[in-house]
Amino acid sequence: MTAAVHGSAFSKSEMMIVAAARELAGQRVCFVGVGLPNIAVNLAQRTVAPDLELVYEAGVFGARPARLPLSIGDPTIVTGSTAAVSMYELFSFYLQGGLIDVGFLGAAQIDRFGNINTTVIGDYERPTTRLPGSGGACEIAINARQVFVIMRQSARSFVEKIDFRTSPGNLGGAEQAERIRREGGWLGRGPSVVVTDLGTWHFDDDCEMRLDSLHPGATLDDVRATIGWQPRIAGSLASTAPPTDAELRLIREELDPGGAYTR
Amino acid sequence: MTNPKVASMRDAIADLVRDGDTVAIEGFTHLISFAAGHEIIRQRKRDLTLARLTPDLIYDQMIAAGVARKLIFSWLGNPGVGGLGAIRRRIETGDPAPLEVEEYSHFGMVGRYTAGAANLPFFPLRSYFETDLPVVNPLIREIESPYGDGKVYAVPPLKPDVTIIHAQRADAAGNTQVWGLLGCQKEAAFAADRVIVVVEELVDEAVIRADPNRTIIPGLIVDAVVVEPFGAHPSYVQGAYDRDNQFYLDWDAITRDEGSIQAWLRDWVYDLDGRTAYVDKLGPDRVASLRPAAAAPSGSVDYGQYT
Repeated sequence: MTAAVHGSAFSKSEMMIVAAARELAGQRVCFVGVGLPNIAVNLAQRTVAPDLELVYEAGVFGARPARLPLSIGDPTIVTGSTAAVSMYELFSFYLQGGLIDVGFLGAAQIDRFGNINTTVIGDYERPTTRLPGSGGACEIAINARQVFVIMRQSARSFVEKIDFRTSPGNLGGAEQAERIRREGGWLGRGPSVVVTDLGTWHFDDDCEMRLDSLHPGATLDDVRATIGWQPRIAGSLASTAPPTDAELRLIREELDPGGAYTR
Repeated sequence: MTNPKVASMRDAIADLVRDGDTVAIEGFTHLISFAAGHEIIRQRKRDLTLARLTPDLIYDQMIAAGVARKLIFSWLGNPGVGGLGAIRRRIETGDPAPLEVEEYSHFGMVGRYTAGAANLPFFPLRSYFETDLPVVNPLIREIESPYGDGKVYAVPPLKPDVTIIHAQRADAAGNTQVWGLLGCQKEAAFAADRVIVVVEELVDEAVIRADPNRTIIPGLIVDAVVVEPFGAHPSYVQGAYDRDNQFYLDWDAITRDEGSIQAWLRDWVYDLDGRTAYVDKLGPDRVASLRPAAAAPSGSVDYGQYT
């Protein structure tokens, strides 16, 4: 599934990764999740955010991976990093201590307020699909200053009601989320960006997701066909700039030469 | 002089792992003792409670082999690849046998080992607010700060009967040194009643004493030291060998079918008498392909001699 724009063909996954990486411009410390976040953040470090400090829950601060880490515990995240610490230190001092600017998460289900499910589809006791669970996502969602989400959009994943709340987003909307965060002393202000294979979403003042930019090749019909609620579309809907040759070269030659994430 | 702690894997597992135990084979992606897990399968231990942040392939294999009745965990998957079929089937359909689960987040599991190691009644953390995790696991409880500054969540201590870790090196007394990702092996070991350390290399006590900052576990709490080079394959050991990612990809197909798993267990666990035979079966080319591309030694530091 490729689209030819400005002469170079790229996949929807490549567009999604590039759009997510660009959102990290200006950010300082990013907590990297497994899978798509991993490649997006590594691309950002090589492009828009060269000073980005990559934090891996496995216990690494300031990673400089020489290859795309195969998992979030790859030895390449250790060699040449600033600090390799215990997971106790990582979660207690770096995350809960308030040093993480952006927590980057994936999701199996998300609702209009950015609440995330990565635990089960169906009933918890006898699920239709048992998903991986929280990992560090629950505490990242609460303690990172803001949360970015990257995930493919489908009617099964963008749902009116998630089956299990693994990681809190904007709860039931702005009023409730702001009160609970304030009373609970949460450091984070919750999700601020959702990048999908169709477009880039941010959050309105009432904390509902709003489509701000449509990726090349995607249509509003595509967006409406892959979402379980009536989506909010920005009045000044933008077109996402297609991946540059430099971004595509980095993805294809350095970060994902096997195409595991990007085909 | 032979130190009585240095043992074969067979003897260490036979002596220290008992039916019904809570067992933690820790190591976050890095340093996972597959060799110990396979020996537990071979000795047909039963009714274990298996604890680990990330059950990984080793607990998928052990649970498929029928050694466990319960799993305590925080992230269930084949890291970077996909799912763990044996565990998923038991949770989703109870087939071929039900599996009890007790689920936390990573920080919750780390906190549980920390409380266990420090002899505390609970570990407080800022997680779980407004989620369904405390709903399905009533051991995750909201508590009021005794200083009147709000609520946090508490998780109970986890004190495994046995913790098993893999490390780069230890001396015969069990003083153990690790570099690379540290995970929560230290916490899990101090929390445990019995500790088995499996190492790539047995070194002289002087090697340990020359670099005391690198020691994560003192021999004081170690019951057995097993020398088992390549014992963490298909996971990895920083500086010694890489993750065998092809194996993790292959497992994605194997784990989809119970018959395939049982055939794999027969070929790679039951029919072999230990890790040496496993490494022979892997073959020298596969082993050589996993060595690091180049050396990346640390600089050395000067501790100084104070007399």
